[in-house]
Amino acid sequence: MLEIAGRSFESRMILGTGGFRNLEVMADAARASGAELATVAMRRVDPSARGSIVDVLEDAGLEVLPNTAGCFTARDAVTTAKLAREALATDWVKLEVIGDDRTLLPDPAELLDAAETLVTDGFTVLPYTSDDPVLARRLEDAGCAAVMPLGSPIGSGMGINNPYNLNLIVEAARVPVILDAGIGTASDAVLAMEAGCDGVLLASAISRAADPPAMARAMRKAVEAGHEARRAGRIPRRRYARASSPEEGLAELEDAERERLLPGSGA
Amino acid sequence: MTSVIVNGEPHELTAGATVEAAVRAAGVAADGRGVAVALDGEVVPRGQWATTELRDGQRLEVLHAVQGGA
Repeated sequence: MLEIAGRSFESRMILGTGGFRNLEVMADAARASGAELATVAMRRVDPSARGSIVDVLEDAGLEVLPNTAGCFTARDAVTTAKLAREALATDWVKLEVIGDDRTLLPDPAELLDAAETLVTDGFTVLPYTSDDPVLARRLEDAGCAAVMPLGSPIGSGMGINNPYNLNLIVEAARVPVILDAGIGTASDAVLAMEAGCDGVLLASAISRAADPPAMARAMRKAVEAGHEARRAGRIPRRRYARASSPEEGLAELEDAERERLLPGSGA
Repeated sequence: MTSVIVNGEPHELTAGATVEAAVRAAGVAADGRGVAVALDGEVVPRGQWATTELRDGQRLEVLHAVQGGA
């Protein structure tokens, strides 16, 4: 079970809803993913828009997690979070404060500022952060309910660019660590979970795949496999082989031939 | 008349028009479900839409949830 701010979730995947061709494909993928939370963005109303994303997600059994995507200042992010709380009746927010147009990397100073303000205002804050262990600690100290470091830039599909930093974040965190952004395919999700993350948040890897529901199923298995492997405890890496069949009781058949092939092997 | 900007578009509303009237003008259904409003950058709770009068030149943002994230 993934526990965030006192709530339990069966699924360790949070689904981003960006990039799906339409709401039908999104709903199919959402069901296949097993996710229980899905991010949404706040934008100007479009009277011509067909269908409500909130209704579609709820029908598929997911709760909405509003984000502050598109905000470049703490002030805008805080206002957007408050608007989301008003529109969607939730005080949970995936906090994003972007500092660079091209990479969409977080602005650490604005992010921390917004996180402090929102925690004080009673929000359950899930911040999208860079893979900086010190910033992750500062966000946790500010009262964030989880930390969500990026693996690599949003939508890049580059996987986990800095496993060393991710490991440091996981080692130190006392709140859930959810890898957010950068996952390109199932093996990336496995690696994140094997590294000790409590969950992953992904969208593009599913929504922009050729077959989104199929990729959603793959991701569901990947997250479960990685989590179980982490708990099972992997074997240490060794430089040389370790025989898996007993050496004792081996028949002595062709000593001369063995000495020819492996000189000095004791035959 | 009161001239306001609703989601970036100029709107002429009757004098004394409220946030509620402007939200309707933006094409939102009467119950306003799933919608939130910022007036000059400050959130106006739904309970105050009917009593918050608009002044000339004010900017209203009327938002709802859309697909988005990662």
